[in-house]
Parts: sequence; structure tokens; C-alpha cells
Amino acid sequence: MADVRQIVIDIISDIAPDEDVSNLDDAKSLREQLDLDSMDFLDIVMELRKRHKVEVPQEDYPKLATLASCVSYLSPKFATV
Amino acid sequence: MKYDAIVIGAGMSGLAAGIRLAMFDKKVLILEKHSIPGGLNSYYQRRNFDKGGVRQFDVGLHALTNFIKKGEKGKPFSKLLKQLRLSYDDFKLCPQTHSKILFPGVELKFSNEFELLLSEISEKFPGEIDHFLKLTEKVRSFNELDLSITYSSSRAVLKEFIKDELLIEMILCPLLIYGSAWEDDMDFAQFVIMFKSLYFEGFGRPEGGVRTILSLLMKKINDLNADIRFKTAVSKILVNDSGEAFGVIANGEEFYAPVILSSIGYPETVRLTPEVASTPRIGAMTFMESIFILDKKIPLHQNDSTIIFYNNSNKYAYRPADHFFDSSSAVICFPDNYESQNKEGEGTVRITFMANYSQWRELDKSSYESMKNKVGESSLELMKKLIPAFDGKVLFQDIFSPMTIERYTWHLSGTVYGSIDKTRDGRTPFKNLYIIGTDQGFLGIVGSMLSGISMANLHGLMGANEI
Repeated sequence: MADVRQIVIDIISDIAPDEDVSNLDDAKSLREQLDLDSMDFLDIVMELRKRHKVEVPQEDYPKLATLASCVSYLSPKFATV
Repeated sequence: MKYDAIVIGAGMSGLAAGIRLAMFDKKVLILEKHSIPGGLNSYYQRRNFDKGGVRQFDVGLHALTNFIKKGEKGKPFSKLLKQLRLSYDDFKLCPQTHSKILFPGVELKFSNEFELLLSEISEKFPGEIDHFLKLTEKVRSFNELDLSITYSSSRAVLKEFIKDELLIEMILCPLLIYGSAWEDDMDFAQFVIMFKSLYFEGFGRPEGGVRTILSLLMKKINDLNADIRFKTAVSKILVNDSGEAFGVIANGEEFYAPVILSSIGYPETVRLTPEVASTPRIGAMTFMESIFILDKKIPLHQNDSTIIFYNNSNKYAYRPADHFFDSSSAVICFPDNYESQNKEGEGTVRITFMANYSQWRELDKSSYESMKNKVGESSLELMKKLIPAFDGKVLFQDIFSPMTIERYTWHLSGTVYGSIDKTRDGRTPFKNLYIIGTDQGFLGIVGSMLSGISMANLHGLMGANEI
């Protein structure tokens, strides 16, 4: 079983290398805690596709708002990869 | 040959777009007419007759606007770094000392700290500082990235806030000459972009000039194995009967792709397509620049500004020169006055005047050369007037005209800021063909790269072209 939480954190730290990702609150929105804009969320989606062949359609972007929602939304997708 | 996307032009926006597409495994082809990258922000060399070897010159880049300090977040430049996965240190940015707007009897200094401009206005226009603060609030809260904004006059907005006409002229002067395709005025959305990038954020220069940026971008392009071809001019954009662009012809060869991003200018792009109902208009603003290499640097006690925006009357005329070139206003750039530049050795000064394309175009070879010499003489006269104590000698001078700009950038009429008909969302009359760069209305090096990035994201990566 893939560690989806860690996968998302790894992607974020590659996209925004200056951000501190060590103390993220899973329930709080990522945007509130980090300097991420809509361009960065696109990059998270693009990296998920590139690295893990996981597709996130545009209407589902809001489901990536928090780490917890990322895990619950993406885990089933990783299970089928 | 089939690709996922074709980018026309390897300037700042085209390279940035190409990098974004290649980063996510799109098969991208970048086609450039010139033999080197950069477009309007490029470089050239001249043989150095006294010392042998060659001298390298930048064109375009006086300054990289949108300056930030390392670690600053949420700014255009920091977005650019993240999107292209570049690090701040790669740019080796040297901040400006300060720059100034110099009108008869009054000057306003500004720097990378906005407070300097505020204190200058408080001191020199005490009745206007509250009005100016209200204007800055409007600028700060304005969303210039909204792609649906239509043209509104900056002068009209400024007059709502500021009473003193001289102050309006002085605020507008650097913003117009560093970005306006329109004469004497500019679109308010562009005013906001320029205000933020010049006055809120400020100027820096990469050590090594424009080549530092271009080599960073070219390294990315090469690392990502993007296909980039120089000396390859697109002669035709292929459009099918349903009005969808599907490829280009370059050097006689056909290339196909479902998305085409063109950075060569809006009017220049539609010249390659089938006829359109209304052709985007070519702007009239064009410039010339004299570059002087001096036998020593100008000492800081004689001039400590990085850029001087000079005007010899109370009214700033931003329009084509009446007679070839206009020395009554100028931008004088002192690249040696970026901090941490070497203070020894030869000095450089660049002086830009507004020009008149249609007059330059009529000159025969010998009158062209003698007119260029007049430009050089007027530039030196202005430098003498502004820095009378400097006793250095000119070792070398080179002058480019609107004809030079047209010849090397293929911008019709030698425009620098492009068409006066912008396409803010990049759309053209043809499906799958999008404009990036200056004619999308984002300005400066950072602006054009962000334009390429955002259009590549929207039309190349998110698949909006399929909607």
C-alpha cells in the first residue's frame, strides 16, 4: 500500500523547495499553511500523473485541499495502479 | 513530424512555455527564426578593434523588474521560479541602488523599498501624498491577472486620485516607456502590472546580464530534451476548414500539433494564417538605443542612480518622435550601478530615445549611418548634461534603430511592446492557436515568462484545447 500522505508531501517539497513541510496539519488547508497557488496545485496533479500514473480530473482539484482529503481521495486511485 | 505542441519563437515566453510542456513529457517543438534565443531580450557581439577578441552586448534588458529578496513568497518572480523549478540563486540577481525620475527642477527617487518613493512624494508633493496612498491601495487590490478585463485609460484613473498634473506625468513616465504599446497612455491593467513590478518590487540585474537567464532556460530545454531549432522561420500556420490550427510550415517542412503557441506578436502571427476579419493593429512606439563603453566607470559620487528616466519639460510626450528621434526625453541605464557589480574597469552606459519607424525606413544607407551618428552625439550631449563632472572617454559605441529591432526580432515596424490590440486570454480567431508573450499583455521578462507558463498550463497541460 502506497504512503499517499508521503507521496503528496514529496511532490510539494519538489515543487516548492523553500517550504517547510515537516509540521503540516493534516486537517488544515494546504494553501493556508504553505505558499501554494493554483499553478502549484496544477503541478501536484501533473506530478501525480507523471510519477504515479494517477489522474485527477479538473473538477476534482478541490479534493486536494488538505493532506487528509488528499489521502482519502487519492488512496483508492493508488490501490488500482 | 507530429508533436504535442509547437511553440513559435524562442524568446522569454516561448522558452518558458517550452520548458513547462517538456517538463510533463509533452513532445514539444520550439521554432526560432534567429540563430540564438532571447527574442527582444537577446545579445550580440562586436569585434573589439583596440584589444582584439569580441565585446558582448545585451539588447532589451535594462533591468529585471519584479525584484524580490531571497525567500519572498507569493510574488510574480517567486511563482516563476517554482513553475520552472529554478532556484533564486541561479539568477545571481544584483539589486539596483535606486533609480530616479528626473523632470525640470524636480526628481523622484525610487528603489526596491517602496518607502523611498513614498517619502520622495511626501517631500516634493506634500499635498498629494494622501491621494497617492489611495491610488496605491487601488493598485494593490486590483486583480490584473483577470483575463476578462477590457481597456481603460490609466490617465483617467490617475486623474480621479491625483490633482497635480506634474506628479501624474512623473508617475507615468517609467511605466509608459518600460511597457506601453499605446501612445501617451496605457491600459489600466497594464499600468497596475507595471506599477507593481517597478515601484512595489523594483529592479535587479542578473550578474552576466541577459545571457545568465538565457543559459538557465536553455539548459532546462536541453535537459528535458525539448526539440528546439534555430534559423527555422515559420512561413505558414496551417488551419483546416473548421478554423482549427493544426500545424506549421517552417523551412519548407511541415510540422503538426494539436496546440500552437505563438510568441512572435499578434499581428505577426496572423500574417501567417489565413485572412482574419479584423487584423490586430501594429503599435507605433519604437525606440533606439546608444550603447557606450567608457574607459572607466562613472564614480558613484557623480552618479549613483541605476536608471534615470529623464524628461526636459513638465509634460511627458510618449509618442513617436517628430523627427527620427527625440532627445527631449530618455532612459539612461547605468548597468554598473547594480550593487555588487565590479567597480573597476570599463564602464557602460545605455541611452534610449523614442524614435519614428516610418522616417528611419526611408533612409538610404549613408543617411542612415549619419542619422545614427547624430543619435550618438545627442546621447553623449545628454550624458554630459546629466553628469558634467565625468571626464572618461568613449572607447566604443554602438547604436540600434527601429530598423535593427525589426531586422532581428521580426516585430513589424520595430515595435518593442507589440500590438495595441492585446489578447489577454491568448485566444486568436483560430482554435488551438494561442498568443503568448508581449501581445498577451504581460510585460517585462518576468511577465513574458509567466505568460508563456500560464498559456502552456492552460492550453497544453490542462487540455483546455479539447473543450
